[in-house]
Amino acid sequence: MVNSDNLNLLLKVNGTQHTLQIDPRVTLLDALREKIGLTGTKKGCDRGQCGACTVLVDGRRINSCLTLAVMYQETEITTIEELAKGDELHPMQAAFIKHDGFQCGYCTPGQIMSAVGLLAEGCPSDDAEIKECMSGNICRCSAYPGIVAAIQEVRQMQPNL
Amino acid sequence: MKPFSYVRATNQNTAIQGVADRQSAKFIAGGTNLIDLMKVEVAQPDRLVDITQLPLSEIEINSDGLRIGALARNSDLAYNPEVRSHYPLLSQAILAGASPQLRNMATVGGNLMQRTRCYYFMDIAAPCNKRDPGAGCAAIEGYNRIHAIFGASDKCIATHPSDMCVGLAALDAKVRVAGSNGDRIIPIADFHRLPGDIPERDTVLEQDELIVAIDLPNSPFAKNYHYLKVRDRASYAFALVSVAAALEIENGTIKAARIALGGVAHKPWRAFVAEDILVGAKPTEETFAAAATATIREAKPYRHNQFKVEMAKRAIVRALINATEKS
Ligand SMILES: Cc1cc2nc3c(=O)[nH]c(=O)nc-3n(C[C@H](O)[C@H](O)[C@H](O)COP(=O)(O)OP(=O)(O)OC[C@H]3O[C@@H](n4cnc5c(N)ncnc54)[C@H](O)[C@@H]3O)c2cc1C
Ligand code: SF4
Ligand code: FES
Ligand code: FES
Repeated sequence: MVNSDNLNLLLKVNGTQHTLQIDPRVTLLDALREKIGLTGTKKGCDRGQCGACTVLVDGRRINSCLTLAVMYQETEITTIEELAKGDELHPMQAAFIKHDGFQCGYCTPGQIMSAVGLLAEGCPSDDAEIKECMSGNICRCSAYPGIVAAIQEVRQMQPNL
Repeated sequence: MKPFSYVRATNQNTAIQGVADRQSAKFIAGGTNLIDLMKVEVAQPDRLVDITQLPLSEIEINSDGLRIGALARNSDLAYNPEVRSHYPLLSQAILAGASPQLRNMATVGGNLMQRTRCYYFMDIAAPCNKRDPGAGCAAIEGYNRIHAIFGASDKCIATHPSDMCVGLAALDAKVRVAGSNGDRIIPIADFHRLPGDIPERDTVLEQDELIVAIDLPNSPFAKNYHYLKVRDRASYAFALVSVAAALEIENGTIKAARIALGGVAHKPWRAFVAEDILVGAKPTEETFAAAATATIREAKPYRHNQFKVEMAKRAIVRALINATEKS
């Protein structure tokens, strides 16, 4: 057993190892934003109710606000900052821009991470199913039609889906 | 959030020891309920024992049925090919709950142990017998729209919020538990409690017991089943009323029936009266209406949740119609 009150922690985020000294109360979301400085992941509700904080852990989407950073050693965490390669946008980012998949943009990093996670899970093909599979991401600006169109476009670009 | 120490358990025994010697120690799995409650200080553990590294996430078919490890994530269970073909009702129930992100985190053990969504329970400024025994219940005379219509007490009228557990109740699951004093198997019907005089206890699980697995017996309900969930929006909301319905139909007659309701009681509510009416009858809308009417006869609604009685009745009929139309 490992037992500690203020612990040393190794977190692998976007391929880089970060050594952190943190109180076990720190959520994964706060570790990413406040300790590592990756502020692309947003805090909406902080209670698992909006999806703004969505990141991928070993390729699967989760809400980073409802879990502790200390529980994610030995995993690969991917945030929105990892998607673009330099100036070249990830296809999902490009599709969100093309289809107006946002207005204020606050929910957008979470929406895009969720959409990338959704495609990795194996994406159902009709709009109704995509909406259901994206139900964990709330958009206060209601950009939903554009979000669905963006996901449909990227889905169709993937040959084996 | 109150300070706590964090321990990562490397085997089952150290996990159990980690909570056995301290009343305020708790296991943590997905964290989706516990961290939420800790943020609002409804839960104040002083030690968290992280059980996620224990080898308890297998889902295996065997000659008696299916064994589901307590750490299997809700999404892995719902999309498991064996579950989809042999226990599709369970898959449907799980997918009706929470969101994809939450289901990727939530574990089977944590889902069984999740606490009520009663707003007064979640608000430390309100009196609540479940959170603070003896303090009184703010819901009985308060805004009790989401509360129980079956099996409540004058101490607590909260509901159990799980969808998965309603599916498990219909499928006669058994909960396998390991503790300091050995192992035991608890039928799902006995696992969650009615509030009675001790609403602070949701389940019969002891402080020093760890859920290790859930067993499902072989099931004849892979063909005629339906999980119907009625809620305030189309997705990502808790049930106002839900119904897990399963029928085994042979030569136009109902041979076996299971009806369990969610969102209406302190535990998944098996409607045995409905099942008795269904068995031996023809699967017609008249039979379904009779079963539904008998079920709600024992309902006792409160000021703001009277609508649930009629809703439960119609949901039972609708779920049974959908179950019949599946074959
Ligand atoms: C916004 C939101 C919406 C939701 N909507 C729904 C919904 O519609 N339907 C639904 O059914 N659920 C819903 N949920 C609840 C969700 O399903 C539960 O939070 C989840 O199942 C809990 O699992 P966990 O592994 O995260 O548990 P944790 O939060 O880790 O633990 C919960 C409790 O279980 C105990 N525990 C965990 N594992 C074990 C074990 N093996 N043995 C003994 N005790 C254990 C812990 O000590 C703790 O007390 C929702 C949650 C949120 C935040
Ligand atoms: S219904 Fe139960 S949980 Fe809600 S306030 Fe009353 S005692 Fe607390
Ligand atoms: S910030 Fe995590 S779900 Fe809203
Ligand atoms: S773009 Fe504003 S909340 Fe979604």
